[in-house]
Amino acid sequence: MQAYLVLEDGSVFTGEALGASGRATGELVFTTSMTGYQEILTDPSYAGQIVLMTYPLIGNYGVNEESDESRQAQAAGFVVREACETPSNWRARAALHDYLAARGVVAISGVDTRAVTLRVRYHGVMMATLTTDETPQEALHRLQTAPRYDEEDFVYRVTTPAPYKWGYDGMEPIDASDDRYRARVVILDCGVKWNIPRRLASLGVRSIIVPATTPADQILAYQPDGVLLSPGPGDPARLQPVVETVRQLLGKTPVAGICLGNQLVCLAMGARTFKLKFGHRGGNHPVKNLLTGRVDITSQNHGYAVDRESLQGTGLELTHVNLNDDTVEGVRHRDLKVITLQYHPEAAPGPWDSRPFFHEFLALMDGRGA
Amino acid sequence: MPKDTSLRKVLVIGSGPIIIGQAAEFDYSGSQACRSLREEGLEVALINSNPATIMTDPDTADRVYIEPLTVEFAERVIAQERPDGLLPTLGGQTGLNLATELAVRGVLDKYGVRLLGTPLTAIQAAEDREKFRDLMRQIGEPVPESWIVESLSELRRVAEIAPYPCIVRPAYTLGGTGGGIAHTPDELLEIGARGLELSMRSQILVERSLLGWKEIEYEVMRDGADNAIVVCNMENLDPMGVHTGDSMVVAPSQTLSDFEYQLLRTASLRIIRALGIQGGCNVQLALNPNGSDYYVIEVNPRVSRSSALASKATGYPIARIAAKIAIGLRLDEIRNPITGTSAAFEPALDYCVVKIPRFPFDKFPTGDRTLGTQMKATGEVMAIDRTFEGALMKAVRGLEVGVSDLRYPPAARLSPMELETLIATPNDMRLFYVAEAFRRGWLVEEVHGLSKIDPWFLHRIRRLVEMEQELIARSAEVREALSALALDSWQVRKAPSVWSAEAELPHAEADASALQIPRPSAPADTGTVASLLRRAKEWQFGDRFLAQITGLSEAQVRAGRRALGILPAFKMVDTCAGEFEAQTPYFYSTYHGASDRPAPAHPRKALVLGSGPIRIGQGIEFDYSAVHAVRTLREHGYYAMILNNNPETVSTDFDISDALYFDPITTEDVMNLLEYEAGESGAPIPVLVQFGGQTAINLVRSLQGFGVPILGTPPESIELAEDRRQFDALLERLGVPRPSGRAVTTLEDARAAAHAVGYPVLVRPSFVLGGRAMEIVRSDAELETYWRSAVLAFPDAPVLVDKYIEGKEAEVDLIGDGERFLIPAIMEHIERAGVHSGDSMTVVPPQTLGASEQAQIRDYSLRLGRALHACGLLNIQFVVQDGQVYVIEVNPRASRTVPYLSKITDIPMVRLAVAAQLGQPLPFTETAADPTRGRIAVKAPVFSSLKLRQVEVALGPEMRSTGEVMGIDVSYAAALYKALTAAGVKIPRMGSVLLTLADKDKPEGVALARAFLAKGFRLLATAGTAQTLQTAGLPVQTVPKIGAGSPNLLDYITGKRVQLLVNTPSPDRRAEQQGLLIRRAAVESGVPCLTALDTAWALLHALDAAEWQVHPIGQFERAAVSTMTARAVPQ
Repeated sequence: MQAYLVLEDGSVFTGEALGASGRATGELVFTTSMTGYQEILTDPSYAGQIVLMTYPLIGNYGVNEESDESRQAQAAGFVVREACETPSNWRARAALHDYLAARGVVAISGVDTRAVTLRVRYHGVMMATLTTDETPQEALHRLQTAPRYDEEDFVYRVTTPAPYKWGYDGMEPIDASDDRYRARVVILDCGVKWNIPRRLASLGVRSIIVPATTPADQILAYQPDGVLLSPGPGDPARLQPVVETVRQLLGKTPVAGICLGNQLVCLAMGARTFKLKFGHRGGNHPVKNLLTGRVDITSQNHGYAVDRESLQGTGLELTHVNLNDDTVEGVRHRDLKVITLQYHPEAAPGPWDSRPFFHEFLALMDGRGA
Repeated sequence: MPKDTSLRKVLVIGSGPIIIGQAAEFDYSGSQACRSLREEGLEVALINSNPATIMTDPDTADRVYIEPLTVEFAERVIAQERPDGLLPTLGGQTGLNLATELAVRGVLDKYGVRLLGTPLTAIQAAEDREKFRDLMRQIGEPVPESWIVESLSELRRVAEIAPYPCIVRPAYTLGGTGGGIAHTPDELLEIGARGLELSMRSQILVERSLLGWKEIEYEVMRDGADNAIVVCNMENLDPMGVHTGDSMVVAPSQTLSDFEYQLLRTASLRIIRALGIQGGCNVQLALNPNGSDYYVIEVNPRVSRSSALASKATGYPIARIAAKIAIGLRLDEIRNPITGTSAAFEPALDYCVVKIPRFPFDKFPTGDRTLGTQMKATGEVMAIDRTFEGALMKAVRGLEVGVSDLRYPPAARLSPMELETLIATPNDMRLFYVAEAFRRGWLVEEVHGLSKIDPWFLHRIRRLVEMEQELIARSAEVREALSALALDSWQVRKAPSVWSAEAELPHAEADASALQIPRPSAPADTGTVASLLRRAKEWQFGDRFLAQITGLSEAQVRAGRRALGILPAFKMVDTCAGEFEAQTPYFYSTYHGASDRPAPAHPRKALVLGSGPIRIGQGIEFDYSAVHAVRTLREHGYYAMILNNNPETVSTDFDISDALYFDPITTEDVMNLLEYEAGESGAPIPVLVQFGGQTAINLVRSLQGFGVPILGTPPESIELAEDRRQFDALLERLGVPRPSGRAVTTLEDARAAAHAVGYPVLVRPSFVLGGRAMEIVRSDAELETYWRSAVLAFPDAPVLVDKYIEGKEAEVDLIGDGERFLIPAIMEHIERAGVHSGDSMTVVPPQTLGASEQAQIRDYSLRLGRALHACGLLNIQFVVQDGQVYVIEVNPRASRTVPYLSKITDIPMVRLAVAAQLGQPLPFTETAADPTRGRIAVKAPVFSSLKLRQVEVALGPEMRSTGEVMGIDVSYAAALYKALTAAGVKIPRMGSVLLTLADKDKPEGVALARAFLAKGFRLLATAGTAQTLQTAGLPVQTVPKIGAGSPNLLDYITGKRVQLLVNTPSPDRRAEQQGLLIRRAAVESGVPCLTALDTAWALLHALDAAEWQVHPIGQFERAAVSTMTARAVPQ
């Protein structure tokens, strides 16, 4: 079945329908990760976005039971050059197209993804729509009246409706025991990826995952050793209530922020965020740790960044910068016991270079300083 | 860490001659490193014995020494240059071994030279099996259970307990020399004993075989501050068990999930950190296809062949960055020259890369084609496309092994049993057997069961076969579709001018009326022939294939598919999958989507055709010429483009040309890029065909058919030189003698021709390269045998039957501007005619040719140059007998001797040739009376006999050498000594010489034996030869032939009771079977083996060398060129 990818600038790319039929609208973004499509599809930070894979051969190793990063497919749509129908990997349980169809993700294959990527690089991210049952003209008209990505609050859609726990055996009910754990962390779920509680569990840390709307006193009532602010989708500046929650938490408990979590900390401390032209998405971004001088190759997925100048006077110390564009990749506050990263130490997908961040968080909770 | 400021001068060690396992990739890495170091303001001195390299060009380094890569000569260079540091990791295993020896023997300490980059301890920890395994255990990385064996008794003990099959790997050798897979204790004892012999350390590793596991490689970089990155990972299509140099390889890995990718990435980085590598490094891992467990197989603590492949696959210049790390820079301080961002990042690919090795079995029909842990390939092709299928088909198309798609006629004739065996046992043509299996309807599961190749790849090969079969089944429709439209193809619309790139993109308003629809990627005509063709082209089925199945010409197919709008797009290799703006003009073609950008407008564009994969007969010398051609074009203000598909080369380096096209070198691909580059203007772009060997010359006719301007020597002359009948007529007209003979097409004719000129005759098919299937035939019976074996292999080519003149050979590379000509020097071959010119030792200036002979050579050369209107280069080969000079061959192109001759004469031959082709008259036509200014240069061939077992090592009319070295000095003896030493011949100073000569050589053998006696050698000989020597009154000990009790000939050789073997091949087939055995034994026992009397004389002469001079080459050249350029400026 023929499908179209229609961009708001009026350009149309024709391809084959893949996965669910129908229509999907969102902000068109590209990721340069060569592997990890299943993790990407289920990463809540991609909510509201049509994700384009720049690597042309997607689905080679199928989908498996261990690589979902949340309960459902989160991306609004999916664009590939070619989707593999005959995957090969010992863990594969299904082919990509069946997975997409079963999860209702509208997707398209056979697109000149490099041409689309260059367009996005030049013009910046833009709204786009996928369609299998309209003419491109109809789709474009529909796109023109669709709500814009920047005007929506995706965090409240992707956050968990109710608190739950995560431990050695994965997801557990909220009343599971916390025995056998060396520490307890509350994760404020703005769009958490499961690999965050998985990494914590591997260090013996119990996670309590709570909705993004949970007030600070309720969070502190869990008596956590620390709070982790999760990644998540959308414009952080629209999340004033959550920023307020974070502001109330700071100083009361050690805090780690990842991605959106970093932005929330910075906003709470008075810094500003801005939208990047086409974001950072991929598994190859170099980040320099200013404290050690070391460069890590990092997993990234963010469309907004913290204004580096605006950190002045907030008391936050810049600890990590992106070597490609000098943007803020991490801050800390010694007195408030806060450490953050703009990128993804939990990887999934992407390099594992930054796993030590979780050790640092543990050290922070143990009172061994930031 | 800032650059180390105590460094002022650095010595770089090259990799020496091309051998299997160490090919042109080190010219690429070495020259890139030199450029990189000089960019940082360092003075660079360089030592390499291989003249056929860009690396040994006088302008690559400040001081270039073409000297043997031995401690002896390296120390002389060090003493003279007094460098502060030495860069050991960019000259392959040869460079690394030499650096290690220099360090261990205290030479570096003595002269206060520091090893730069990876410390010696790290090199040793990576290369010494036991140290490496200990380190892996310390950091918890799994290594397969194994045993280090250092003696035969240990070997016997291990044979009892080892798990079978197990793998044998000798320590400190190239390309896995001497390794193998043992299935039984007996096999282990045999392979193990050989490995012990070949290892520099008498050390082998016996380890559990991981046959069938996935073989994955990571190319990693680390700096002195412990920052480490992965440049690229690669998956071997052939699973564990086949040397990675012999495997088909894809980049990036295709069947690894993110978890597996990161698991192995993390392991690779841990390993490089634990070792303390500073620079580039290659980590090989085996991954269980049915689980997440893996083993670390091997680490190369240096830039390797895989690094070259990874560099070209990603655009990331590994050698350049490694050199900067070695002098103290940190990854984050180095810029990625492609994007201007930091070098501390990991390239993202948005295409698939396929590498296929190129094997020399066309030259070695008797060679064992089974692949194992010992590398056999001489070169490789790489192809890039947006699909695996497209990249695979492109790679096959560029391989030049007589196939242009997945059809391989011998496969079709196999029985099912034979086919099974050939799929189960890795071999050079396995891909084609797999395709045949799918053609016969075998299931992916069945082929996977036999081959263990991952089903992912098999499914795709099967899809290609299905497409092939559908196209064949519908060939009538295809023909109609292509030809109906072909009629009006020239009125058909041009390619729609829609580009992906930003500048040209009219930013449309969000308005339906302004819809812009780029080139349709999946057209609405699904199911039609047009859509079938579109899919076939997306998978890179060649126009040639379509022509073959439809009976149309390639030109008709081209016109037809253009009319259907099936046109290629050109996309950029930018290291970042389009995320950042890149300036590097490195492109590949794909039949899907839009080009990144329109070709830049430029008033003067020209294309240089490269020479494709390294093979015997067409080696690195041709890349040398191509690079110089590109450089010269740029110097003349041209927008210089290169087309090549060999990732090991300098010509495919990112900053050599104005535009690099990494695509197959076929008519279709050349025409595609020319049309793209011509752009809207459509102005024809000239092509330079003389600098890409026979690969490029073979395209002349078809390119001319498309009206492509060919620069230089007119295509008519090129054809004339290659057509025997026309060429004979020309020689006749010019009064230039040639050995009598003619071209024939039947055996009867051949016999008649042979009788007419008298035996012995030289027979060979026309239109083949490197003396392929060339033989000296001495009787009707031999002629018949030849006809049956060799001619069947080349059914279409007429066979040339010529009088074989056993004289001295000479060679000229002539430079012409169409009217005037320059002969830089005459080259004299040391071995008599009958030895292929590529395999004979050569000396400049001539040592024995008389004035009259040289005058004849010059005279004939000029006559030929004039008659052919030679513009550019022309190679002419001569044979001289009794004062008479005969022309035996003319090649209308740059030959393999061009770099050698350029370096000894300091005449920039390619530069002059290209300038002439661009219309500048030659600035001079006379050389000085002494063109080499008192120096003598000897070129010696280097063979890879150790790698190819069951293969003849004797010199003959068929070329077998893979590389060459040059010895240069003021005396002939010293030049000979250096050349032989550089070629790896251990010149014995004393001991025993074993002579076993053919009857025709026995009389001369007496004189030779006497000369050896005079030098203090003892004489040993086999019965016949001994008798001749005794009759002449020489003291000689007779050695029994093989099979005549013990100790016999073989025992003498393998027991090292002989220091030199002189064995000349006999025309007697029975004697020859012994000869072959003897020579193989010598090669494998490390006893120098000479197979021509002339070579033995040369070695004797080399013993006279008393002193050596070590001088940088080409100091003269730069001055000469500047005056030349001054003179060349038009008035």
